[in-house]
Amino acid sequence: MNTKIIYKHKNHLMLVSLILIVFAFVNNYVTHNKNISEILLLIASIVGLLPILFQAYSALKIKVISIDVLVVLAVLGAFIIKNYEESAIVTFLFLFGSFLEQKTLNHTKKAIKELTDLTPLEAAVLKDGLTVKIPIEEVLVGDLVVVKTGEKVPVDGLIVEGSGYLSEASLTGESIPVSKTLSDQVYASSILDDGHIVIKTTAVLEDTTFGKIIEMVVEAQDKKSRAWQFIDRFSTFYTPVVLIFGLLMGLLTKDLELGVTILVLGCPGALVIGIPVSNVAGIGFGAKHGILFKGSETISDLAKSDVFIFDKTGTLTKGFPEVVEMIAYDSNVDKIKNYYKSLEETQTHPLAKSILNYIGDVSTFEVKDLNVIKGQGIKGYINDKRILLGNQALMDDYQVELSSVLNDIKRFEEKGLSYVILAEEEKVLSVISIGDQLRDNINNDLKRLRQLGVKDTYILSGDNQGAVDKIKDSLNMTQGFGGMLPKDKKAFIDKLVLEGRKVTFIGDGINDAPSLASATIGISIKGGTDVAIETSDVVLMHHDLYHLATAKRLAGKILRNMWQNIIISLLVVIVLLYQVLYNSQMTMSIGMLVHELSILVVILNGMRLLKTNIKEK
Amino acid sequence: MKQMTLQLETLTCPSCLLKIEKGLKRLEGIDKDSVEVMFNSSRVKLSFDDSKLDSNEIQKTIENIGYDVLKTTLK
Repeated sequence: MNTKIIYKHKNHLMLVSLILIVFAFVNNYVTHNKNISEILLLIASIVGLLPILFQAYSALKIKVISIDVLVVLAVLGAFIIKNYEESAIVTFLFLFGSFLEQKTLNHTKKAIKELTDLTPLEAAVLKDGLTVKIPIEEVLVGDLVVVKTGEKVPVDGLIVEGSGYLSEASLTGESIPVSKTLSDQVYASSILDDGHIVIKTTAVLEDTTFGKIIEMVVEAQDKKSRAWQFIDRFSTFYTPVVLIFGLLMGLLTKDLELGVTILVLGCPGALVIGIPVSNVAGIGFGAKHGILFKGSETISDLAKSDVFIFDKTGTLTKGFPEVVEMIAYDSNVDKIKNYYKSLEETQTHPLAKSILNYIGDVSTFEVKDLNVIKGQGIKGYINDKRILLGNQALMDDYQVELSSVLNDIKRFEEKGLSYVILAEEEKVLSVISIGDQLRDNINNDLKRLRQLGVKDTYILSGDNQGAVDKIKDSLNMTQGFGGMLPKDKKAFIDKLVLEGRKVTFIGDGINDAPSLASATIGISIKGGTDVAIETSDVVLMHHDLYHLATAKRLAGKILRNMWQNIIISLLVVIVLLYQVLYNSQMTMSIGMLVHELSILVVILNGMRLLKTNIKEK
Repeated sequence: MKQMTLQLETLTCPSCLLKIEKGLKRLEGIDKDSVEVMFNSSRVKLSFDDSKLDSNEIQKTIENIGYDVLKTTLK
């Protein structure tokens, strides 16, 4: 194909044309032989025009008047009036402009490319007792895949052999590896830090959780906002209008150069490219930092959203019980800790787990005659002393003297905390209170949101009003509503949306699905899970709310960047058209230069987003 | 009706979109409303009637307009 060859050597042709132009100017300066210069410039014009001509031809064949067609017309016009300097420079600038655009555009797309490059390419599949490396596309559901230490898990699957520590940072943002063993689910793109596992494939490529994340980001780049659609529509009308205007002006004034100059200036290059560039750079930058936007409209909505509604359990709170306080009624705190650990180690209850986490690494005693009393606690003997660990009923049954702890117990009950009592023989040693606590730094995260212009923050919860009010007050939130069913939450959100407010809802994505869908922007706190990807408009890959404010700030930046680009490109078009009509010094090459520069300026402006400071001062 | 996604070489000029879109819409058997040319991801998505049109024909059309097709997926 001739066309292909020409396209492939477009950059070479550009270079040749540049060299010819330089020679022409040098020659002009040294020998003052205008004729040689004119010939050199004519050749330069033709060399530069070749690829543009082919592009214009392929466009005309399908009845499209593209910028290539306009440039060809402009250059032919220059030929007619024998202005070869103009034609050479215009073609060169046009080629050089698109060359620079390509380079810089690739840069804006880099962040997303880095993400898609994380997709595993091959898998070690176990077949007839042999391990064979095959391309990922050929792996089937049900295949056994071997993963060794340091390798990336290539597919989603269940462990059928071995165990190990897996880092799932690419999915959850959590850098601490998780221990996984037989029949546990592992995810593509996580890294096996330690161990050796064989997994049975449950999903490959686009069907894996990671694949869905990638797909979401890739698709998001082109999801158009209303402003974007408007500009697109505007530019499709704009080109033919300018074409007619240019022809009319040319005919009326009998000034061919004026006509063709208008044609070149009329191509809304910067306008068309400005929004996509901001969008791709912003979405790519967010993705790199674990903030995934589903599209341009989401960005614009989040930037403008001033009502943030939170679910309580698991969203504002950690969602799992944690020790709030340990009170010792005996001076030997070490012994108390040893007792807790010795007894709780034998239990699997979630409360036992949180107590063990809190106690940490201490030595244990041997427990004899261990007895679990259903619904009450446990009883055992350590060094021939009867040790009890459990609730008030258990203590009452064994005549433990409780008068000293009643005040503390009352305080815990008021706070809505659970507690366990530890007793040696008839004497209380300690009480531990346990509860679902607020996330770390949540107060600061909400404060950052308010600083970004969020007016109202609400809690909607199924929990009792007392518990909700306490959180509302401690976090300075606008209002809190307890005892709400999923449908009540949805109704509350619907009402605000109907009032015309941009509402962001943050929930766990499981029983909050209706609210997530009703809100202008739904955000699930579940990190990079299937649930979050399906239900959220913005996916935060981290299990924290710090990135919520960061996401809003980034959305604001992207939105501002888009508007800057729209304004830059409109101003350039207006100023240029004005200059063409009223400034006789204005030439086609200057017009082309400014036109190409304006495209570069909007790309460079978009690239500024890649340098956003994600950390707060 | 089949759905097709084509991954193209990086698109750099906005007018490429229009060219590809119009070029594809002229093909017999293409669902005109489904043609979506995406600038940032350099992808084309469309549905077509596979009894009237061969998927290779679609790929060739884009290549003739002047853009390399890197990968196609049919659904």
